[in-house]
Amino acid sequence: MASMQSPQTAKFDWFGKAQEARRRRRHAADRRLQFYGIAAIGTAILLLGVLLVSLMMNGSPAFTQSHVTFQVFVDPAKVEAEDPGSGDFRGIVRRGFEGLVSQELSRRDGRDFHDMLSRGAQYMLRDTVVENPRLIGQTITVTYPFADPMDQLHKGLIDRDTPESQRRVSDKQIAWYDEMAASGAISKPFNWALFFNADSRFPELAGLAGALVGSFYALMVCFLISFPVGVAAAVYLEEFAPRNRATDLIEVNINNLAAVPSVVFGLLGLAVFLNFFGLPRSSPLVGGMVLSLMTLPTMIIVTRAALKAVPPSIREAALGVGASRHQVVMHHVLPLAIPGILTGTIIGLAQALGETAPLLLIGMNAFITSAPGGITEPATALPTQVFIWADSPERGFVSRTSAAILVLIGFLIVMNGVAVFLRQRLERKW
Amino acid sequence: MLSTTFILLIAISLASFILGRYRIVRLAAQANAAAHSLPSYHGSFVALWIGVPCLLFVLVWAALEPVILDAALLASLPPEQLQGLLQGEENLLLAEIRSVSRGLVFGEPDPFVVEAAARLNAWKAVASWSMLAASLGLAAAILFVSYRRIALHFRARQAVERILSGLMVTCSVLAILVTLGIVSSLLFEAFRFFERVPVSEFLFGLNWEPQIPIRADQVAGSGAFGAIPVFMGTLLIAAIAMLVATPIGLFAAIYLAEYANSRVRAIVKPIMEILAGIPTVVYGFFAVLVVAPALREAGNSLGLDVAPNSALAAGSVMGIMILPFISSLSDDALAAVPRSLREGSYAMGATKAETIRNVLLPAALPGIVGGVLLAVSRAIGETMIVVMAAGLIATLTVNPADSVTTVTVQIVTLLIGDTEFDNPKTLAAFALGLLLFVITLFLNVLALKIVQKYREKYD
Repeated sequence: MASMQSPQTAKFDWFGKAQEARRRRRHAADRRLQFYGIAAIGTAILLLGVLLVSLMMNGSPAFTQSHVTFQVFVDPAKVEAEDPGSGDFRGIVRRGFEGLVSQELSRRDGRDFHDMLSRGAQYMLRDTVVENPRLIGQTITVTYPFADPMDQLHKGLIDRDTPESQRRVSDKQIAWYDEMAASGAISKPFNWALFFNADSRFPELAGLAGALVGSFYALMVCFLISFPVGVAAAVYLEEFAPRNRATDLIEVNINNLAAVPSVVFGLLGLAVFLNFFGLPRSSPLVGGMVLSLMTLPTMIIVTRAALKAVPPSIREAALGVGASRHQVVMHHVLPLAIPGILTGTIIGLAQALGETAPLLLIGMNAFITSAPGGITEPATALPTQVFIWADSPERGFVSRTSAAILVLIGFLIVMNGVAVFLRQRLERKW
Repeated sequence: MLSTTFILLIAISLASFILGRYRIVRLAAQANAAAHSLPSYHGSFVALWIGVPCLLFVLVWAALEPVILDAALLASLPPEQLQGLLQGEENLLLAEIRSVSRGLVFGEPDPFVVEAAARLNAWKAVASWSMLAASLGLAAAILFVSYRRIALHFRARQAVERILSGLMVTCSVLAILVTLGIVSSLLFEAFRFFERVPVSEFLFGLNWEPQIPIRADQVAGSGAFGAIPVFMGTLLIAAIAMLVATPIGLFAAIYLAEYANSRVRAIVKPIMEILAGIPTVVYGFFAVLVVAPALREAGNSLGLDVAPNSALAAGSVMGIMILPFISSLSDDALAAVPRSLREGSYAMGATKAETIRNVLLPAALPGIVGGVLLAVSRAIGETMIVVMAAGLIATLTVNPADSVTTVTVQIVTLLIGDTEFDNPKTLAAFALGLLLFVITLFLNVLALKIVQKYREKYD
């Protein structure tokens, strides 16, 4: 056979120049692919970093708020002791605030000057006096937030070198500000109002309290519906259901539901809950119901996974000693699956917490200046508050939006952290 | 009143558990024999029989009460006030009466409104007391019947288990009901839309201007409803997102699956998952705050005119959002390729890159394609990023620097604010929603079919 001879006639030169070059090319291709992979991962992490860093840089100013301290004389001529709520607090605050500068204010300057103080100051003083009417006739020291442009100035976010017409504070305001700063009247404490105030049109007063309470109520409703229903459905499908067309249909349905775009759930909530059943618009009740329908598939899927992880030997042992199938599930399988179910529940709720689109459609993006008192009252939620603030033109809302996002992400991290902790502490290996 | 009723019913339910348990224990002691079921089953039997129907009854009552009250209220209003009112105006009137009855008075309501509000409040009081009475009566009746069924030979355990099974089946069926609710509400409202705007105009029209009523003789008299530009915009943004996410996700998955050691995997995978866990409203803000201005500046320095809310900004940020999705699904697909194929390839002297290119990728391709399809469906259905970062005007363009709008943006903008349900503008949102639902459903089913088919190959 001629072909047997060929190795002798044409000996393959494994270590020749051509092969060496070829080998180098192949290894270079290998390193290239590896490099692409590293570059891809690097890009992803870089993008995440840019996202987080830009949010933190933008959001950090909102965690402090410039305040100004001055003395007001609660003039008995302007506030009556019988009805302290209706006094002329605007005038009182103005007079006190004017005391901070030595210069006599002309009539024209008055407006500019008083725009430096937050418009909420008069209401804050009113609440203080209503709470404690003995202050009438006394001179008290108060600390009230600056208006947003002065807050930006104090935080160094406004460049003094820009022409006066292009910045939001005038030269005069800067001069007054410098005088106040020199006298030590300006402070920058932690912005507790961000957590304890409800929404406001004025950035220096706006806070997240309403959104936090609204999110809490909505999540509670979501949990109360989706947890029992999800666990019951999962237990049935995993432990009891026969394999037939009906249960197949349910399974396919659940998988499809998990992939339905969230905005479609909003449409469902709008058409069914609001228009058909006439439930109150903007309420955490409807928000929670819509979120629970979205969370339900997640809940069922994670519960089934947790039930599957319980080894069959547990079931067989319980059946072996004469337990009924219900007893097997209730007394043995479910308790063992609880850690997994809880972990999944927390993750599902964390997803629901970040969900925005369906809440927009049922009106949870309304401008509401007080925290809701119950699940049927109009409310906003954290993500919709972010959406509202992101739309607001005032400079101060940019930092507040970032700060609200940081709070939202903080909650998500805590929830996921708890889930991871539970998984590590409670999950058992068989 | 509703929460009081709930709490009362739950308390009665718990009390009847104790009652039922006590009765069987006493019966057993009297007869000096063992009952068929454990005492707690007898208790649970009574408690479940009372709790479930009564709570359902209250829920149904609470759902129907406003509907019935509204109808009664309309009927009780003086007919001259209702004359010539459209459906929407009637609803407005009802809403006004309701807010007056809750004590929220804006301006000077008409005297007949104040009267109606007082009437409504009286009815509400009657209704809530009768709800309480009816549910308590129901509970008592059931207690009477079920209490008498408790006996030594009564198979309480089986009865309880039947009830529990019934409850569990109901919960499972709920998934189907939700789907039915979605489909029927979308179909119903979309049908009302198509009564006013022909389907052919919606599907093939090239002009989308839902906000502007132009002239009276135009179709539906208010704007144009051709969905093609909206879908083009959706596809453009989704395509940009996929162009960003697919290569990065795929290369990251290849590296993680084949090259990285376990320590790198343990660190990198959770970091990638953080990207998936960030709420989309955050991505939207990021796009508006950082990406869009940066792209605009870059475009300006190159002499290009980039719109402030360009498709590129929305699409690339959406790409970041779906990146972890693609990488984890591709990772799964690569990991599912059996070791023997890899080892066979290495044994032939192939390098890792050659193995990946010629063996692993072809084998994992169906899984990867399935993952990409799922990601496309996500990109099409994603709302917040585009609501915040994409435009509102539907333009028929493929230029990524232009501003385009998407289906989800239109749905949200059409329905935010006043929602009167008898004009084509708001109903159009449901027609868009129906199309969105059908398209994403089709993509998801297709992707799942591909993934499943591929799985069977190696198992």
